[in-house]
Amino acid sequence: MLRVEHLSKSFGGVRATKDVSIDFPAGSLTAIIGPNGAGKTTFFNLISGHVRPDEGRVLFDGADIVGLSSLEVVRRGMARAFQVAALFPSLTVREALTAAVVSHRRGSARVLSRFPVPEAVRRADAIMEMLGLGPKAEILSANLSHGDQKLLDIGLALAMEPKVLLLDEPTAGMGPEERWRMIGKVHDLWRATGMTVLFIEHDMDIVFRIAQAIHVLKYGAVLARGTPDEIRRNQDVIDAYLGTDHRLSETVGEA
Amino acid sequence: MRAGLVRDLAAALAGLGLLIALPMLFPQPALRDFLIYFFAYGLMAMSLNLLVGLTGLVSFGHAAYFATGAYAFGLLMQSGLVPIPVAALAAVGGTALIALVVGAICVRLKEIYFSFITLAFQMFIHSIIVTWVGLTGGDQGLRGGIPRPPFLGLDLNDARVLYATCAVVFVLCILAMRQVSQSPFGYTLRMIRDNPARANFLGVDVTAMKLGIFVFAASMASVGGLILALFVSGAYPEFAFWTTSGEAIFMIMLGGMKLFLGPLVGTLLLQTLNHFVTIYTEHHGLVLGTVILVIVLGLRRGLADFLFDAIQARRARRAAALAAAAPAAFAPAPLDGRTV
Repeated sequence: MLRVEHLSKSFGGVRATKDVSIDFPAGSLTAIIGPNGAGKTTFFNLISGHVRPDEGRVLFDGADIVGLSSLEVVRRGMARAFQVAALFPSLTVREALTAAVVSHRRGSARVLSRFPVPEAVRRADAIMEMLGLGPKAEILSANLSHGDQKLLDIGLALAMEPKVLLLDEPTAGMGPEERWRMIGKVHDLWRATGMTVLFIEHDMDIVFRIAQAIHVLKYGAVLARGTPDEIRRNQDVIDAYLGTDHRLSETVGEA
Repeated sequence: MRAGLVRDLAAALAGLGLLIALPMLFPQPALRDFLIYFFAYGLMAMSLNLLVGLTGLVSFGHAAYFATGAYAFGLLMQSGLVPIPVAALAAVGGTALIALVVGAICVRLKEIYFSFITLAFQMFIHSIIVTWVGLTGGDQGLRGGIPRPPFLGLDLNDARVLYATCAVVFVLCILAMRQVSQSPFGYTLRMIRDNPARANFLGVDVTAMKLGIFVFAASMASVGGLILALFVSGAYPEFAFWTTSGEAIFMIMLGGMKLFLGPLVGTLLLQTLNHFVTIYTEHHGLVLGTVILVIVLGLRRGLADFLFDAIQARRARRAAALAAAAPAAFAPAPLDGRTV
């Protein structure tokens, strides 16, 4: 479904992504983990067309999408949610989702009909139902709780009916209990829709519990990859996460 | 949906009825003249708010299209080749074309850069008007009057017919702008105003949408210019000067940008101030500045928005009091100043 080959990107002297090659099979649930500054978000920016890679290919559904604008990438069926929920503060939950559905159905330029269009509202309501946002339908996005804002952000991505969904830290800024609820919803969503889901996550417990495959990034390169069990036993990963990474930092020249 | 359209149509009819009735109740010609100015500048302010309030594009050069509407219409009528409706449509269409070209460049820029490039294009159009004396009459304006040959049995040389025609055109344009702001396109523009980057990631072609509203707003402003040209029987380079754009921004600031009709309240305020203050003092700029300062610093929003927020807050308080009286009832969601 999605495959990246030899992806590299530098910002000035910083090599944010170094020769990353990963295959994400259709319908998989994959976690991207790594310490802060490992280049996880950059990796998402590269695949979603937001930032153009210096080298490498991104194969989506068999076609190379490098060089396409983020708009074209979305229209081909890859949607993303953001680390800091990116919402429309002055729209209610229902309005925002409906407007997103309208956009997905190429209805954004319609001036003769009235908003909200009933068919789009039905789809928006279904998304709210799926995420448990139904009771919050009439609340302004700006007034939602942090957790609900993150859910709405995912909901907006779902309105694109994506084949591949990129979730950048769906549990960022949440307490332990809320994290589990959130990731539970992501898991349910994945099972219900059969989408290919990639997510970035810091909490190792969560990752080990739900991900099928894990790719560990460090300093922009793939440090390790495998199933949760393999990653759990991987000495490099343990070092990177437990802070005894003097071996690595010597070679990279960074603390 | 349907209900919204019916309500808007009813409101438009009621508004038109009021506008037609007013000069009958108060037959002084001064009121008619005042209202025609109100129509012209009201259309400019309302259309500018489609950019400022609805899309988040602060254009400093909106009067350029007000002026091209006036000049194109005036020149076409002076040529004596076409009847009024054709000249009007051609003037609006021509303005739309200019706006398409200018907008295609402007809407790619963001924030203050957008503001300044729109201002630059306005000054460009202004200097064309001033320097192309052979066509436009230069700084003397379009002289010799604009003929108003009768069409479809309407003789616009009759002041009452002229007024009624302007009122109908004005209400139709307001209705068109209302429809646009309540359409899926209008909500797409709200997305762009709130978070253009996210809108782009949701498959919205942000540049194309901005260009669309830029052209539409310019067309509506040109109708305002056209009404003014028809009324004063001329067109002047001041129409395209930056102070005219500034006035349109003042009207939005005075009236408010959240309520759909807010800019009209601002237009009424500014026109009234201009009209009456100039009778008593030549320092009307000073009075105007003071009023604007009081409203901006005192209310921190336009008058219409302030009243709307106050009413909403009162409703919320009353609802809270009711909820407190009946503890079993759910507390209502907080009502706050949302865009309508």
